[in-house]
Amino acid sequence: MATTRGFLGRRRERDPRLPPGQYDVGAGWPVLTAEATPRVDADRWTVTVDGLVDTPTTWTLRELRVLPPSVYAGDIHCVTTWSKLDTNFTGISFDTLLDAVGVRPEATHVVERSTTGYTTNLPLEDVRGGKAWLVWEHEGQPLTREHGGPVRMLVPHLYFWKSAKWIERITLLDHDEPGFWEVNGYHQRGDPWREQRFDGD
Amino acid sequence: MGGPDDRRAAARWRDARVVEVAHPSVDAVVLRLAVPERVQHHPGQHYVVRLRAPDGYTAQRSYSVASAPADDLVELFVERIDDGEVSSYLADVVEPGDELEVRGPIGRWFVWSGRTPAVGIGGGSGVAPLVGMLRHAVDLGHPERLRLAVSATTRLRLPYPGELEAAGARIALTREPGAEHAGRLDADAVAALVDPDATVYLCGSARFTGAMETLLVDAGQPAGTIRVERFGPSG
Repeated sequence: MATTRGFLGRRRERDPRLPPGQYDVGAGWPVLTAEATPRVDADRWTVTVDGLVDTPTTWTLRELRVLPPSVYAGDIHCVTTWSKLDTNFTGISFDTLLDAVGVRPEATHVVERSTTGYTTNLPLEDVRGGKAWLVWEHEGQPLTREHGGPVRMLVPHLYFWKSAKWIERITLLDHDEPGFWEVNGYHQRGDPWREQRFDGD
Repeated sequence: MGGPDDRRAAARWRDARVVEVAHPSVDAVVLRLAVPERVQHHPGQHYVVRLRAPDGYTAQRSYSVASAPADDLVELFVERIDDGEVSSYLADVVEPGDELEVRGPIGRWFVWSGRTPAVGIGGGSGVAPLVGMLRHAVDLGHPERLRLAVSATTRLRLPYPGELEAAGARIALTREPGAEHAGRLDADAVAALVDPDATVYLCGSARFTGAMETLLVDAGQPAGTIRVERFGPSG
């Protein structure tokens, strides 16, 4: 279809930071979850990195906090078309955990798993080299429960469903294993700049 | 849930023809669309509507299907958001005969087959997919399989009020004191819905669904039986 009759669109100056089909949600941060929001006790919470690694390891939040901190300052994009520009998260780079466990050469993919059982899959290359974090603060405040607190994954160059809330485990695999939304009709990779929203895009 | 061919067909953008436009209130529009080569949806799924401006700018939003799968047309209930780029266009500009670019049906999580017991709890426009489920249950001859509780500020803002009343849904109108259904979906109302053998479909704003899921879990509904679809003021 060429043009929708009578539609002009509100924004005439398009912010180049917005991927195609996205709009700037401004100060808000919508909450979207498929399952009921869990209550995760920060003192009992742990995260495990396992699978094709030399030394599977589990960390508590206290243990993560003594590792070299890292801040992501930039934009996040949701497949439902909102983007939040110029926000920031504090935590650690996922590279720090990968270095600690030792990645085996045959590892090609990861699956992130939330405490709720939610999963999402990614190529390993999309979570290393400064592209992924585990974060516990948003804009200087502790990450709230509804947004994935105490700790969530952050993979901001892909649609935000690839950043699992209430992260519990990241498993390295030698094959791709579709996660929750991927099995339910969404794209395997989710690159907002190529508008990879749904299966078949 | 449809084979791979169905999924590929559903993923393709196509031009739907607007057959009917109705305004149940100034805050909403109901569109009925003829979708070419329509892949029959399952209750709970949604369509994506994409608008394209002359300069190529696009805006798209998802809308749950309010019609039953047996309906030849796809019915969408759209709440008109004041500053809403897409909803204001759909409510104010669209006319019968217009074409709208759509893809769908999409979704495999928030879907109900109609064959097992279900509880639907919806707030505001979140009621729309539950009405689609209700219509399907009626088509199957088993409306009793779906128990409904819906909430809105006023009866005028409640999607499909007459149909919900006729179905015996629990209705709560939060800002219409003195109305027949004045009230809130409180802990007692939610406790009356709990059924560990049912799947609960919870749909509405983040605030509404957050409050409802807490009441449900506190009242004994197993968390794993709850499926949530949260609408934003956008997306």
